[in-house]
Amino acid sequence: MTWRALARIALKTAILFILCNLIFVFTNGMTIVERLSLYNLVVPGRARLPYGENPAESYNLSLDSLPAMLASHTVARPKAADEYRVLLIGDSGIWGWRLTPDATLSAQLTARDLRSADGRRVVVYNLAYPIQALMKDALILDAALAHQPDLVVWFVTLDGFPLDKQTYPPLVARNAKGVRALIAQYELPIDPRDPAFVDAPGDLLARSIVGMRRPLADWLRLQLYGVSWALTGIDQAIAAEYAPLASDLDADPTWNAIAVPRPLTPSELAIPVLGMGEKLTRAAGGRMVIVNEPIHISRGANADVRYNSWYPRWAYDSYREGLERACGERAWTCLDLWDAVPADYFTDSPVHLSPDGTAILADALIPIMIPKG
Amino acid sequence: MSFDLSAIAVFAAAIGAYWLLPARTRGWALLIGGGATLFLLQPRLPIRFADFVLPTGAVMLTVAGWWWTRAPNQPATRQDVLAVAILAGTVLLLALNRYLPGSARLTPSRPPDMLTLVIGIGASTLALYGVWLLTRRMVSPMARIRPLLLLIVALFALLKTEVLAIAVAGAWRGLAGQDVTIASALDLNWLGFSYLAFRIIHTLIDRTSGILPSLSLHAYAAYALFPPSLVAGPIDRADRFVKDFDALPMLARFDADRFARGGARIAMGIFKKFVIADTLSFGLSLNAVNVDQAVGTGALWLLLYGYALRLFFDFSGYSDIAIGLGIWLGVKLPENFDRPYLRTTITAFWQSWHKSLGDWARFYVFSPLTRAILRRERKPSSAVIVGIGHLATMLTIGLWHGVTVNFAIWGLWQAAGLYAHKRWSDSTRRWYRKLSETPGRKRAWTLFAWAITFHYVALGWVWFALPDVGQSIRALGRLLGIGW
Repeated sequence: MTWRALARIALKTAILFILCNLIFVFTNGMTIVERLSLYNLVVPGRARLPYGENPAESYNLSLDSLPAMLASHTVARPKAADEYRVLLIGDSGIWGWRLTPDATLSAQLTARDLRSADGRRVVVYNLAYPIQALMKDALILDAALAHQPDLVVWFVTLDGFPLDKQTYPPLVARNAKGVRALIAQYELPIDPRDPAFVDAPGDLLARSIVGMRRPLADWLRLQLYGVSWALTGIDQAIAAEYAPLASDLDADPTWNAIAVPRPLTPSELAIPVLGMGEKLTRAAGGRMVIVNEPIHISRGANADVRYNSWYPRWAYDSYREGLERACGERAWTCLDLWDAVPADYFTDSPVHLSPDGTAILADALIPIMIPKG
Repeated sequence: MSFDLSAIAVFAAAIGAYWLLPARTRGWALLIGGGATLFLLQPRLPIRFADFVLPTGAVMLTVAGWWWTRAPNQPATRQDVLAVAILAGTVLLLALNRYLPGSARLTPSRPPDMLTLVIGIGASTLALYGVWLLTRRMVSPMARIRPLLLLIVALFALLKTEVLAIAVAGAWRGLAGQDVTIASALDLNWLGFSYLAFRIIHTLIDRTSGILPSLSLHAYAAYALFPPSLVAGPIDRADRFVKDFDALPMLARFDADRFARGGARIAMGIFKKFVIADTLSFGLSLNAVNVDQAVGTGALWLLLYGYALRLFFDFSGYSDIAIGLGIWLGVKLPENFDRPYLRTTITAFWQSWHKSLGDWARFYVFSPLTRAILRRERKPSSAVIVGIGHLATMLTIGLWHGVTVNFAIWGLWQAAGLYAHKRWSDSTRRWYRKLSETPGRKRAWTLFAWAITFHYVALGWVWFALPDVGQSIRALGRLLGIGW
């Protein structure tokens, strides 16, 4: 081996490396890669969207690529002819925090082996994702509608409504382009220049393999954790111990920095985002039901001031009234299940249900899954 | 700094500077590099000053190893004095990091003050020297080296036995005025001690048998503290190393072939370790948690295969990196792995898996033990001798990983495999020769032998991967479809 030969190898390597990067840039490689998936092909699809704060224990991770997330989900499988496809959209309560995959709402509803009015098998898909924000739900819904749902059940709760928090979830902030497109198309009252948005740099380097190394690594890790998912069926590290909900509450009536009780105004809430979701679903040939998610209703000290640690009574009651009004005015199908689950069936947050609590919620949902007539 | 990609990059940069030095100073640079590497790669420890004291202890053990293994009548030369001065100077210079702010420090934490350090080194040196004085007149060469040998074995036992390590860590914490209730074996995570100990033991025993060449402290310390192999081997032999070491000044400064060969090995090692092995560590290999999470027998087998592959790629990757860095430094370290999972007998597996450790154990456990038994008046049968030899060798290798029941069982498992293979091959020699006459049957047998060997080794890894006997037995049962 001579230095000249080494220099030739180095030069060829550099040329090959630059060429690969250029091809990646000009073919928009990331959009191709993120749609490729081992899930539903080599390993079973995930029962819920990938989300993990502790990848080593949960064999799961949080990433920003919605196409990759959806490609890893069972919803990416082709729809069977006899399938009545139901998508659940919502927060961590519906995603199934502290629940094994077989105990989530979607799993329990599918296990009931329901039939639609036209006799099709009701198969329920969990497309909920932790953190409350309607815009986050709408973003997922927009991407998921390609998977031909017959019914979308959108679980909402007050903390998902504040307009000033719609861009807070990382999934929303880091999918700025898609969110801005929805804001513009549906004239949503959300500031497209919100500083929370993380804009991807548009230069060549940023779009190359080098620039995209983080999303590529996330995509690769998602595929690798697919094998662990297949071998263990685990997608969440559920600690045996947790801090149960306090039944005695502070007398503080503050909600979302509003300290003095007053009626919430429509301009404070992201009702238009719900409207966008309804329009999107209808345009995709599906039906939407909006469900006010069950919350923990405390019976302890100061229960006359607050329902739970999240919600003072005044704010939550005002929200329920506003939601009911919006549903009535816009002829949306809505279901208010706020008090459908007794307090004992909640775990570590006012919307996180135990397996039995989830079963109660599933029973309450059956009428909308199989509407008569 | 741990032995990660950034450490490899620092090594590579340092090696670049090494070749710019005058040729005659290369050996000295290796000596300084070895001493400094002990401190720079040493992980930060929670006991005050422990991460400085332990590397200092390693330097002292190295010097003691040389002192004890000097050839009879070998005087200390000016070069040896210079080597002591360089090693001491390296330690003391690094101790000056005490006066630097945390972000600028090269040592893992703040070193002790100079006076304490000098008193500590002085007292330890006097103690070791006193022991040497007491034993130097002994007739038996083994008796002369025994104190240092015992010290090293005792340190091994202490570090590898959790109860003892916790007790010592607790006592040390007490002396340092720290919380003794949170003492842990990890408090004594002494980087490089294992491989340093193997090298010193090799030189001590080879001195007693007279095959160790006469070594200057300069060469001995460069061998014992050779930076690339400090963390994970391979375990070189001093007589082989010194040939490369002596040739260092003669090597061409800019050698494209050396650069290419070393670079290729390092690249291969990085790929094995940081791509394949680290990928398999993403829950794709057996561990104490996922063993109870596997959804069925097939899943458990896949996790076990993942573990077997991860172990190989991790360890052989590190070996490749060490060998590559060695080539860059002008030293050809011994090969450590030679396609072990493709072997068709467990004996061949152990001749190709961690070869340098296998050779070490054969030289310093198996051979002396079997020779000692053969010297007895009433000799057991050769089968028993071989059995005892394998048992002692594999138990030593097992317990080197940690003094636990599982590692002991793993050693027994390997010894049983080696013994069974020896008995089988002795009794089927004629049959095997006949088999060669029918190539088709021989191929089928080879395939079968490979499958048996690989799965025997893989099942043995269950004991290695899991920390507890009950869990290991449950896992083995489940791998066989029992206990779901």
